[in-house]
Amino acid sequence: MSRIRRRFEETRASGRAALIPYVTAGDPAPEVTVPLLHDLVAAGADLLELGVPFSDPMADGPVIQLACERALAHGTRLRDVLEMVREFRQTDTDTPVVLMGYLNPIERMGHEVFVTAAAEAGVDGVLMVDLPPEESDDLTGLLEQAGLDPIFLLAPTTSEFRLQHVAAAARGFIYYVSLKGVTGSQSLDPAALGARLEAIRSISDLPLGVGFGIRDAATAAAVAQVADAVVVGSAIVRLAEQYPEAPERFRAAAAEVVREMRTAMDAARTTAPAAV
Amino acid sequence: MNEVKEAVDWAAFPDPRGHFGPYGGRFVAETLMGALDELQAVYEKYMQDPEFLAELDTDFKQFVGRPSPLYHAERLSRELGGAQVYLKREDLDHTGAHKVNNTIGQALLAKRLGKTRIIAETGAGQHGVATATVAARLGLECVVYMGAEDIQRQSPNVFRMRLLGADVVAVKSGSRTLKDALNEAMRDWVTNVDNTFYIIGTVAGPHPYPAMVRDFQSVIGREARAQHLEMTGRLPDALVACVGGGSNAIGLFHPFLGDPSVEMIGVEAGGEGIATGRHSAPLCAGQPGVLHGNRTYLMEDEDGQIVATHSISAGLDYPGVGPEHAWLKDLGRATYVSVTDEQALRAFHRMTRTEGIIPALETSHAVAHVIDIAPRMRPDQSLIINLSGRGDKDLNTVAALEGIEL
Repeated sequence: MSRIRRRFEETRASGRAALIPYVTAGDPAPEVTVPLLHDLVAAGADLLELGVPFSDPMADGPVIQLACERALAHGTRLRDVLEMVREFRQTDTDTPVVLMGYLNPIERMGHEVFVTAAAEAGVDGVLMVDLPPEESDDLTGLLEQAGLDPIFLLAPTTSEFRLQHVAAAARGFIYYVSLKGVTGSQSLDPAALGARLEAIRSISDLPLGVGFGIRDAATAAAVAQVADAVVVGSAIVRLAEQYPEAPERFRAAAAEVVREMRTAMDAARTTAPAAV
Repeated sequence: MNEVKEAVDWAAFPDPRGHFGPYGGRFVAETLMGALDELQAVYEKYMQDPEFLAELDTDFKQFVGRPSPLYHAERLSRELGGAQVYLKREDLDHTGAHKVNNTIGQALLAKRLGKTRIIAETGAGQHGVATATVAARLGLECVVYMGAEDIQRQSPNVFRMRLLGADVVAVKSGSRTLKDALNEAMRDWVTNVDNTFYIIGTVAGPHPYPAMVRDFQSVIGREARAQHLEMTGRLPDALVACVGGGSNAIGLFHPFLGDPSVEMIGVEAGGEGIATGRHSAPLCAGQPGVLHGNRTYLMEDEDGQIVATHSISAGLDYPGVGPEHAWLKDLGRATYVSVTDEQALRAFHRMTRTEGIIPALETSHAVAHVIDIAPRMRPDQSLIINLSGRGDKDLNTVAALEGIEL
């Protein structure tokens, strides 16, 4: 059983929504990333999303764009990101790690070389923002052969027809983009979200994670009542901007955000049984 | 002469999912997939609709001023002493460049889709001006994204866009040029996808843009082919056009693809020279990858990060190129060469002084290559340069390079 599936079975069994923080690898500096990942797990993260920096992050808002620029300024490359996962795995063999990013660095490395290296390093899933299932047959096949989960996005604009198609290709969990916009945007509507997730559940048994627009503990708690997982990115990454010269303070602040969200999410699930 | 080994049914490309061989496709975030499906449906429907095509044709005639002339540049031809040089005068199109052929077409589609807001990216500002122009005419809100560096070097076009009522947004991320403007326009579109139509200015981006923009620009080649046949009784021996994203080149080339005797040459921006790395010539010196929604040749480093490009002309300063060009290169149906900033600048002056036509710096790259190859051709041969834009917008750039204060 894959680490991702096992982790979702655990969170489901304990009646919690999973919490998935996102950080950009190499931001604010490469040596910060692995200790940061361990801190996030200690603070209550169930899965981790590790961003692969890219020069042209078209689907991201300014916070993650700047994180990519900082990471690239330190020369963080795809092979360095895989090395970070390998190092993380030396002391944590349970927490699933999903790589998130854009296709071109993988294209350049070569699909087979990448998949082999990612599997060896201990990566569990791969989510390429600019790779819809229609274009991904080759990479998806290789990932599955290597036991890695190809993870796909669904959006408020996804048609019923594509919903079926994407759900059929997805493994691990489905990442639902909660709003029209880039990462770090505002104004998520939990009520509309619940209805949309219900529609997706009618065609897929995979756990549903929700991301884009989870700004604080209150939003995380609201989403935790309707989703299987809450993904939080910009709210953490913006702290790296705040403490450019003090990585320890960034790590502590990031862990604190995760801890607050964890507490709020668990409280929400206990006091109000999940809407599903 | 180019030799394509097997006969290709050019009309069958791209395939239904937008692929030109291994290139093209649709590599975008999920949120845009629905909008692209919608756009593809409306584009396929109206390109078969006689009423739509008649409206487009009327606009081409009455608003753009089509057909644009095919002009025999006799004095330049004589000086070069080889092939006869013909200029397809897209510089005479309303707004001063070929870009308007495409913005007219896309704006008519936007109207039929009921969109009230138009966005665009621009490099040299020609596409931005052409977009602001059609938006003004149709009474649509218009936002143009432009790299902060390009805003500096193309200030006359910035002022034109603002006069036309467009909101010109300076993009300060990344390298602050065309590729970053495209990123920002994509981010706007993903956020405002319900009411917004994104008019991409070149034959790149996710399907259906490369095919759709090509189809609107192909009026250039259709006219040129008929005009050359009428003027000389034969087809030209070669077509030459500058290639940034490649819309003016595809517009000229496409209607000739089935004429095996016609050679096609795309001229990329060699900047300070390919060997310096400071250029914008992905077909000459890049390799295939995925950016801005399509697979194509890119300028990137060994980690797949897109690298900064350079060209004297803002309109060619782009690290990618349309996927159909990538495919034509691999097939050997078209050849791609590069011309340096300096060669382009010399050609700019030569065309101006010899024929009384001030070409855009982008276009000057194509002119420079013809100055190189025409003398080696026979006087009974001919070639067509796509004179894609006029050079008024570049007067500040040229003056500054030559230390002249305007």
